[in-house]
Amino acid sequence: MFRSRSIQSSLSLKDKILSIDYILVFSIFILGLVSILAMYSTDGGEFKYHTNSHILRFFVFFGMFFVASFIQIRFWHSQSYLIYILFFILLLGVKYFGLTSSGSKRWLDLYFMNLQPSELMKIGLILFLAKYYHRISIENINQVRYLFLPVVVLISPIILVATQPDLGTSLLIAAGGITVAWLAGVRVKFFAISGFAFLALLPIAISFLKPYQKSRILTFLNPERDPLGAGYQIIQSKIAIGSGGLFGKGFLQGSQSYLDYLPEKHTDFIFTLFSEEFGFFGSLFILLLYALIVWRIVKIGNVTRSNFGKLYCYSFATAFFIYVVVNMMMVLGLLPIVGSPLPIMSYGGSSMMAIMLGLGIAMSCKIYKDTPVN
Amino acid sequence: MLNQSSGNTVIKSKLIGRRMFLLTAAKAVVMVGIIGRLVSLQINERSKYKTLSDKNRFREWKLAPERGVIKDFFDKEIASNEQVYQVHLIPENSKDIEKLFVRLKTILNLTDKRLFYLKRVIAKQKPWEPIIVSDNITWSEFSRLNLFLHELEGVKPVVSVARMYPDNSSAHILGYVSQVSAKDLETKKYLKDLHVPGMSVGKTGLERKLDEKIIGKIGFQRYEVNAFGKRVKQIQINEGQAGASYKTTLDFEVQKYTSELLKDKAAAVCVMDVFNGDIVSMVSSPTFEPNEFVHGLEKKYWNSLIKNELRPLTNKTISGLYPPGSTIKTLVALSALENGVIKPLDTFRCKGKIELYGEKFHCWEKEGHGIVNLRKGIKRSCDVYFYEVARKLGVDRLSETAKNFGLGKKVLDGFIEERAGVVPNTKWKKKFIGQNWYLGETLHSGIGQGYFQSTPLQLCLMTAQIANGGFEIKPRIIFDEKNNRLRDYIKYKNENPNDPLPTDLLLSNFELKPLFKNQEHINLIKDAMFSSSNEPGGTSYRHRWENKKFTFAGKTGSSQIKRFTEAQREAEVKQESLPYKDRDHALFVAFAPYNNPQYAISVLVEHGGSGGKAAAPIAKKVIKKVLERHELRKKINSLIGESV
Repeated sequence: MFRSRSIQSSLSLKDKILSIDYILVFSIFILGLVSILAMYSTDGGEFKYHTNSHILRFFVFFGMFFVASFIQIRFWHSQSYLIYILFFILLLGVKYFGLTSSGSKRWLDLYFMNLQPSELMKIGLILFLAKYYHRISIENINQVRYLFLPVVVLISPIILVATQPDLGTSLLIAAGGITVAWLAGVRVKFFAISGFAFLALLPIAISFLKPYQKSRILTFLNPERDPLGAGYQIIQSKIAIGSGGLFGKGFLQGSQSYLDYLPEKHTDFIFTLFSEEFGFFGSLFILLLYALIVWRIVKIGNVTRSNFGKLYCYSFATAFFIYVVVNMMMVLGLLPIVGSPLPIMSYGGSSMMAIMLGLGIAMSCKIYKDTPVN
Repeated sequence: MLNQSSGNTVIKSKLIGRRMFLLTAAKAVVMVGIIGRLVSLQINERSKYKTLSDKNRFREWKLAPERGVIKDFFDKEIASNEQVYQVHLIPENSKDIEKLFVRLKTILNLTDKRLFYLKRVIAKQKPWEPIIVSDNITWSEFSRLNLFLHELEGVKPVVSVARMYPDNSSAHILGYVSQVSAKDLETKKYLKDLHVPGMSVGKTGLERKLDEKIIGKIGFQRYEVNAFGKRVKQIQINEGQAGASYKTTLDFEVQKYTSELLKDKAAAVCVMDVFNGDIVSMVSSPTFEPNEFVHGLEKKYWNSLIKNELRPLTNKTISGLYPPGSTIKTLVALSALENGVIKPLDTFRCKGKIELYGEKFHCWEKEGHGIVNLRKGIKRSCDVYFYEVARKLGVDRLSETAKNFGLGKKVLDGFIEERAGVVPNTKWKKKFIGQNWYLGETLHSGIGQGYFQSTPLQLCLMTAQIANGGFEIKPRIIFDEKNNRLRDYIKYKNENPNDPLPTDLLLSNFELKPLFKNQEHINLIKDAMFSSSNEPGGTSYRHRWENKKFTFAGKTGSSQIKRFTEAQREAEVKQESLPYKDRDHALFVAFAPYNNPQYAISVLVEHGGSGGKAAAPIAKKVIKKVLERHELRKKINSLIGESV
């Protein structure tokens, strides 16, 4: 303990800066620039509201990423529960003071921005469970009494988010939490049991679904069911991507988005727009950037010494990967439209904030990789 | 404690690493899946989605092309176009279509039925597709519409062109145009890419035959539209292309004149150039008003047409089938001569009837014609003479000659209403009626009755081919500059009477097909026809022209509708006293001028009685009219280098 403390204190600013993962930073930055380009295209080739605020957000939260990176991993570890509780309180706040838009209550009005706490909860839950599983000993992991807290911690925010209603985000929050439990070594049996329990409860859950949510699932199964209604988004998105071809229609030439055939082009369907304009190779480029990011975070997980850091990095990398692929599979017509933003690319402050926070903590794991957390 | 805890930590981190490895493998699989999907959408199916994207993006408004005009031989337009005022409506541009219709009803003269129909059309088509509220409104309605246009959102006043026929004398041969029907779209392939609301297609006659060429190429305006249907910008405009215009061989003046002559009769007249087959006139009566069909037919007028027992909608020149009657006697005689069955001077005795095979066969002249040879047989149209000739000739040899001369098959190309008629023979009867041929039927065939069926145009062609010396010609109605070989041949023959080349070689040099073995036989028939029209006792002697310029040679005919009963024959019942429907059809064929034949004519008057009385006077007048215009026609022919 003594030794490690000395290692930590011996880290000079220069050391810290040198140990930053520049490939990760570079990938994030390039992705940010690409996202600004895409946003500029959604505004019809002008610097309008969406582009301007996206630029502002990207740079503000990119700065936040560095701040988070330089905060000691010990701090993130020690404050994990608190952060979770803070985000949970914010989620509760949404329930009572939230803003309602198009039928769902997801936002808190913070005057300078509308905060969507469910996005932050994606990180909060991973932090909480990473600390939890870091702390309990390996023998206890599969003890039923030690499973009680994680289940409560997982289920409570999911229920809160799902009833906003925001099915997509609640599922993505769950994905992050389950990943931590899986990595910590919780037996497959428990996942199987809870999977069956979930399936058993599914009919009841479906009865709670809003009609539009039911229709989305039906539409996913058969998009041509209602080509002008719920299937419209999937069909138009596939048309846009397919018509992009190998090299795309060219920057600002995406007729599907330019002529408003593409729904939600700023947020969930930003990949569609990019793919229409830059084609197959453009899409591969984006995939490559995301793969780089995921790879670098996993790499940090490999080199960081604490299990908290490992659990956090692996889980966050996996969750990040899931956010990306769920969004892409959705716009490619491989999953139902559930409403999930594409990290960094999509317009949306809370999502950007949460992702940058998550990336910052991962980078903190890199900078303080040899520091024990307790 | 420290060791144990650090050992614990190491085990834990190994476990985490193992599980992470599994997750990484799963990620790789998902990545491959996403890339595979991108490959399938953006590479394999890219053309499908490009098309879908363009379909989204572009919207086309088609413009109906202008129909080509049809002109007569003297370049007078006999089917032309006129400017019409129309009201179009694009439903999606109107905020309240019900209200709009109420407003339109007060401005235009719209019936409730029409409104109902329009609403049904709107419900069926896409909201941006224009519909035609009214395709032909008056100038005053049009100007009133323009005055109120500001309160009529979605309404578009359009100045367009539509088919217009200056005269209805050529209605049958020109045919008419009307709105495209569902059946048209099914049967006419060329309409597939051509369909525009408000476009007309040819339904009958030349309009139908030439439709594909005359209809023109469609124009379009292509706009880029956004997801809400709003036009963003015009991408392309293509005015289309007016259809090809056609010049015909018809003479509008003759058409008008003939049509006037035939007024109120159920009759038909064909006039043909005997050298090149140019159809100078083709008139069927009574006629109808083709302009009525262009802008949607009124039920009342339609009913009056289909109920009229004179059948105004039928083009009797090519779709009317009539037994050729005595006009066939020219071919019977020719066939007998050609086959060596008779000599011109062979005689038979006509006692008014003969009895053969236990049946009585009557001559039209109850008293009989006495001793009859070929010339007299044709001149007096002696039935008994032709019974004898036919008996010797046999129906199969007769049918061969008749077919050679153009009977029993369609004369023109591409007229769906044209009928082939019947030239009977033993094989035909076996095949179509399933019975053996009776010898008595040969005798009926010999005077053009029985199973014989022909159109007036076929009879005209038959006469023309006799008149030109027995050469095959191909009748044509579309003007063609192609040089006329028959005229060249005759000119050459006149200039080089002693050409050593054998006749058949000479004919093949001029690409001519003779219909005779010995041209003398043709001349004998022509001479007999001359006597029939110009010598006392001839069946049409009363209607001859003394003036050499107009002298014609003809043959009368009457085709029986009902066999006379013995009682009627005894009572000498006159045709005029029979009910209209039971009277014979009157026929007359002729060529003129006799000395230098130029034109052949056939006249049919349904239930007109005898050919000499009803048909010949009409032929006489038409022949004069045609010959008077011959010089003019010749001038145009010589302009295009045709020797006359």
